[in-house]
Amino acid sequence: MSPDLIVNVVIAGLLTGLVYGLMALGLSVIFGVVRVVNFAHGEMMTIAMYAAVVLFAALRLDPFLAVLPVAAAFFAFGYLLQAGLINPFITRPEHSQFMLLVAVAIIMVNLLLMVFGPDARNVQVDYQLESYALGPLLFDKARVFASATAVLASAALFAFFRFTRTGQAIRACADNYLGAKVVGLNVRRYYALTFGIGSACVAVAGCMMILLVDVTPVLGPAYTLLAFVIVIVGGLGSMGGALLGGVLIGVSEALAGLFIAPSAKSMFSFALLILVLLFRPQGLLGRRS
Amino acid sequence: MNARAAVLLAVLAVLLLLLPAVANSYVLSVATLILFFAYAGQAWNVMMGFAGQLSLGHSLYVGVGAYAAAGLFFHYGIGPWAGIWVAIALCVALGAAIGFLAFRFGISGVYFALLTIAFAEFTRIGFDHIDWLGGPGGLFLKVAQREALDLANLRGPPAMFYYVMLALTAAAFGLCAWLLRSRAGYYWRAIREDEQAAQALGINTFRWKMLAVVVSSAMTAVAGVFFAFYYNNLFPEQIFHISRSIEIILGPVIGGVGTLFGPVLGAAVLTILADAITEVLAALGVEIPGVKQVFYGVVLLVVVMFLPHGIWPPLARKLGLGERS
Repeated sequence: MSPDLIVNVVIAGLLTGLVYGLMALGLSVIFGVVRVVNFAHGEMMTIAMYAAVVLFAALRLDPFLAVLPVAAAFFAFGYLLQAGLINPFITRPEHSQFMLLVAVAIIMVNLLLMVFGPDARNVQVDYQLESYALGPLLFDKARVFASATAVLASAALFAFFRFTRTGQAIRACADNYLGAKVVGLNVRRYYALTFGIGSACVAVAGCMMILLVDVTPVLGPAYTLLAFVIVIVGGLGSMGGALLGGVLIGVSEALAGLFIAPSAKSMFSFALLILVLLFRPQGLLGRRS
Repeated sequence: MNARAAVLLAVLAVLLLLLPAVANSYVLSVATLILFFAYAGQAWNVMMGFAGQLSLGHSLYVGVGAYAAAGLFFHYGIGPWAGIWVAIALCVALGAAIGFLAFRFGISGVYFALLTIAFAEFTRIGFDHIDWLGGPGGLFLKVAQREALDLANLRGPPAMFYYVMLALTAAAFGLCAWLLRSRAGYYWRAIREDEQAAQALGINTFRWKMLAVVVSSAMTAVAGVFFAFYYNNLFPEQIFHISRSIEIILGPVIGGVGTLFGPVLGAAVLTILADAITEVLAALGVEIPGVKQVFYGVVLLVVVMFLPHGIWPPLARKLGLGERS
């Protein structure tokens, strides 16, 4: 096996990992603030991928342009989901929240199955076959653009939480629920806003992912698990951790696919998850709560 | 348990014992499935409902138990009644290992739940690469003559499987009722309500949580053995899949977490509901894949939203049974 091949596989894994990272960022933000684990996260990811497929088929809209309407729609959807369904559950026990989101996930997967059937769908654009060459190194164009978009979206999110008043208010709600209420913040509205933002992250990640892989309805649960692995490895609630975890999992998947067997690639991720949970349960970049 | 509950339970037991005499094979298969989920749900309930440890990876124990007994039968002709002990030993070892690692390192709540998923998924992919057990192509047990009763090898007519499952469910119910009244039951509930307070009272929470995991995994292993010999085919993709874990959890959550009768009622309601939806859709001539599951999901959503403690606790109050959760 030539070193060039290995380096190229690592690069592809790293770029895909950034898109994974953005998907997981959505989960991490939601958990970090609302303290609810979104068990329908991967299902939302596949819905975004299908949305990109539909927009492309109907309007020839490039997935990079589809990002905007899909993200806006997802923001609204996430806001309503939190405000309508999940807010009444924030004081309920974990298994109750889990069941609620599992029900939502079951409905999502099977609605997709009803509408689109079980066959794989994708988007075909001409730049998917092109790549940039840097000496012996190859960078797929689609992968480069997708990961750049993911990084851009993540940076925007960092800036939002750091510098805007709304972002700071959301962080206040996450840090101290009672304190935020005392100073007059409408915590439930900010929770809904957060779920909307997390959903918009998934929307962007989904539109990018459809450039890299085909989508089927059953991909949803697999993405949910992938997102869990990433955020636990990186640190639940830590934004930088989600990106780091995404890159780690992306690269480890790519290497495991190359050296062991493609079917064993997620075994590697789960082994990593178990190790992190046991020896650094707060995640690589997480803080101990 | 008050007198009224005892009478109702006795009536139910008699009805269930007489069922094969009147039911056709379809009803019997549905009833067996209900009992299977009632039993597995009861096993999960020991961990979550009694001791408050949320496991989302119980398919691990079903799968390992099923593969252990089926593998021994397939390769060496060792019958299920011997294999069951191997299955239990393996699952107890696994459960104890997971519990030890998690509780020693102070992992709880959501993190513990995700750890259980991770172990189940890890095992699922691992079994895909064990050729001795058929790998992804599956492991198949010979389906013998269905009329001949061969209880020693768990081969026989549907009624035999029904009675075996009924016995298991009744035994699990009795075991859980006894556990709840024992010292362990009180300690578990103390830990479930407030682990730190329990610790402050001098309860060795580590030890009692371990006991809950061990009991639950041993019970679930038996469900796995039954599964293997009832269905005669095992695929890692199916038996270890997270949807299997969710199926096990649905019964107790819908019926009432932490109650004795909740898992039984929940399993019955959900299985009958799923079948009713199938029947209605077939009668209406709807053949779109996914419709059934969407209805199922919506019902689940409604129950979780409006009956936060499950169906059984309010029903038990109405019937004047007053089972504590």
